[in-house]
Amino acid sequence: MSIDSMFTHKMWDDDELSKMVDGGIPYPMLSDAGGKVGTVYGVYDEDNGVEARGRFIIDPDGVVQGYEVLTPPVGRNVNETIRQVQAFQLVRETKGAEATPSGWRPGKATLKPGIDLVGKVWQAWKTDQAFD
Amino acid sequence: MSEEAAVGCARPTGGPVGEDPISTEKDEYKPKTEAHAMIKIGKKAPDFTAPGYHKGEFTNIKLSDYLGKWVLLCFYPGDFTFV
Repeated sequence: MSIDSMFTHKMWDDDELSKMVDGGIPYPMLSDAGGKVGTVYGVYDEDNGVEARGRFIIDPDGVVQGYEVLTPPVGRNVNETIRQVQAFQLVRETKGAEATPSGWRPGKATLKPGIDLVGKVWQAWKTDQAFD
Repeated sequence: MSEEAAVGCARPTGGPVGEDPISTEKDEYKPKTEAHAMIKIGKKAPDFTAPGYHKGEFTNIKLSDYLGKWVLLCFYPGDFTFV
């Protein structure tokens, strides 16, 4: 979503993005002329009339599970976004019985919060697991 | 005379130059802009509708139509910006 019109979105997809992604962008490119939606989400920069690089993870109940906002010159890390979605999905599937510690990615051990784990995380989880 | 514009990742904007345009309205009639807090994690994402472009067609999207699915909502400064 950006403040550009849907016409500009089409031109950008036709003329540039479809040369990077086969078949063009597969998801809807939304137009927020005037920044009304961006204002509600706290990412609209009134001084410059544009929206920051805001990224919101919204779960199937419509609840915001996480967000990240960057200034324009720094791009996002798509792998990290996907990792976070996978982590939120795991937590949801286990109804909160499992939690994903720092550095978790699919295949790595989760933690099972409970009274037995209090003060014992140092046994269940090692610092090098925070890194890839 | 025109100056060469710097090309960066922020969308270039202009604006009025010099003195503020004379307003015929008194200050008290100016619409008040409400301060918006950043939305909160664990709370509902504000619903919205927005026109858009999707795979060759113009479309209208409503966030609440995606209930039951995971949604990534991404904002960016503008089409044709570089990053």
